[in-house]
Amino acid sequence: MSWYLTLPLIIPFMAAIIAYLLRSSPLGAWVSIIGSGLGLIASVVLMAVVLDAGVVAGQMGNWPAPFGITLVADLLSAVMVLITAITGFAVAIYALGDINERQAKLGYHALFQILLAGVTGAFLTGDLFNLYVWFEVMLIASFGLLILNGGKEQIDGGVKYVALNLISTILFLTGIGLLYGMTGTLNFADLALKVDEVENQGLLTVVAMMFMVAFGVKAAVFPLFFWLPAAYHTPSFSVSAVFAGLLTKVGVYALIRMFTMVFDHDIGFTHTVLLWVACFTMVIGVLGAAAQSDFRKILSFHIISQIGYMILGLALMTPLALVGAVFYLVHHIIVKANLFLIAGIAKRLTGGTEVYQIGGLYKSAPFLAVLFLIPAFSLAGFPPLSGFWAKYIIVKATLDLEMWFVAFIALAVGLMTIYSMTKIWAEAFWKPHPDGIEPELKTLPNKAAQIIPVAGLAILTIIIGLNPEPFVIFAERTTEQLLDPTAYITAVLGDPS
Amino acid sequence: MEQLLSILIGILVASAVYLMLARNLLRFLFGLILLSNAANLTIFVAGRLTPGAPPLVPDGMDAPIGDVANALPQALVLTAIVIGFGLFAFALILAFRAYQSLGTLNTDDMRVAEPKEIKS
Repeated sequence: MSWYLTLPLIIPFMAAIIAYLLRSSPLGAWVSIIGSGLGLIASVVLMAVVLDAGVVAGQMGNWPAPFGITLVADLLSAVMVLITAITGFAVAIYALGDINERQAKLGYHALFQILLAGVTGAFLTGDLFNLYVWFEVMLIASFGLLILNGGKEQIDGGVKYVALNLISTILFLTGIGLLYGMTGTLNFADLALKVDEVENQGLLTVVAMMFMVAFGVKAAVFPLFFWLPAAYHTPSFSVSAVFAGLLTKVGVYALIRMFTMVFDHDIGFTHTVLLWVACFTMVIGVLGAAAQSDFRKILSFHIISQIGYMILGLALMTPLALVGAVFYLVHHIIVKANLFLIAGIAKRLTGGTEVYQIGGLYKSAPFLAVLFLIPAFSLAGFPPLSGFWAKYIIVKATLDLEMWFVAFIALAVGLMTIYSMTKIWAEAFWKPHPDGIEPELKTLPNKAAQIIPVAGLAILTIIIGLNPEPFVIFAERTTEQLLDPTAYITAVLGDPS
Repeated sequence: MEQLLSILIGILVASAVYLMLARNLLRFLFGLILLSNAANLTIFVAGRLTPGAPPLVPDGMDAPIGDVANALPQALVLTAIVIGFGLFAFALILAFRAYQSLGTLNTDDMRVAEPKEIKS
């Protein structure tokens, strides 16, 4: 058993227990921050180990794979764990200024840590049934966080979120059952070998589609995204930031994992479906955003359109496209979480999230305006920020395949993203506040706790943008592992010879 | 036996879909629990059925003799039942709270978070 694989999971669970015991005291928030900090260190160590070894695997309880519970970290898992820890750390600090005493008392910090543990577990697990279990851990924690405030809006959004996610869970479970019936295994590495031996390849495609729908709901792709804009604008800002950054990306990760390693038997069919899904997701998401006027609703719809780019990278299935998808995943988590955190500060300064009813932030809080511009422009794909490189690689991949129409859609959606970001900019920042309020950053309670994580994530965006080369090289290595899972299989099952 | 269970799963899924298409949240939840039971049965059947042969290892041996029941899908189903039950309990309470604070279980009327008219 390798401690560097288990620590990123154990730390958040320990932090959750301690934070729950200390939920009535202000120390609870600090337990959450320290826990996330330690988790960040653990995931950096994991990343270092994986960079060195390629793929590391550990068998829990020393039951040999494929019978026991396997934890695996390849480069994709490691980078997702790392980015989860970074986001978790930033949001844990932000929570100091966002979560009130009542929410803390109801167990916000404990639920938050369990959510991080669930997300990390989903990235690290090496078998399908455990992926299901981690999904549930994540889901139940997110249910709790979503309705923590108990207001009408939260309950209303919660009902839709819970209902659609439960359906996806059941579909996922049915898919697991059928796949097990066909192959007799649920271990990713073993599945990658066994699916080729399945006689009835048509049935395998049917099961692949069940997984696509199940993970598609989680990833919020067209036409399965309706729970997302119904729920994401209702909870506390730190909750919606961590949801926006991480939850849908777990679905994308699961899609990438399953549709590169396991279901690569009929790419002509499955990945064509994914291609259509990706295009519709991009367009519908960005059009939905154009129709909204609430800060967080606009951002929620943009999550959907950006998910489309990642799915597009997966659907094209060329090395370059997958590089783009991986790069996009990393960039998007940072940027999106950051924008939701900024929405929280804007709300506290101006008293609302409806962009037509607020304003004046550029004049009175110019620093916040700069902090908003960085992730907003990155999201829209302005050079030299991280989003530009992500979009550039994906569009380049479509052009290499001579898919002109798809490339056109990807570029047009980028343009429409600018439109929405400009709307937020013009309404919330540029125009004077309709009530004549001139909100200043100085007046913000717990100012440092809110500004530091936002600034930190913005700096990260700039670093990736100005120096993309190591990140692209890293994404290329990740892609090699995805397209040729030999190293992964050897690490889990041992050398076949 | 497999055929019989397959038909049962089909009936469960059909009833579940019928119930889940209703606007009433409570009916939807009843459909959900039928569907989750159908999923559990699917896993059970997918593990192949061997009636009357428990997977017991005789004294002094490392493996059971002959064809015995597959224990893994049963373990999976057990986990799935527990998780499904927990989630369903949560969903029921949520529905109850929704009825308390929104005053309706008709999902068409639940428009608090997404009002039809945009405030301007």
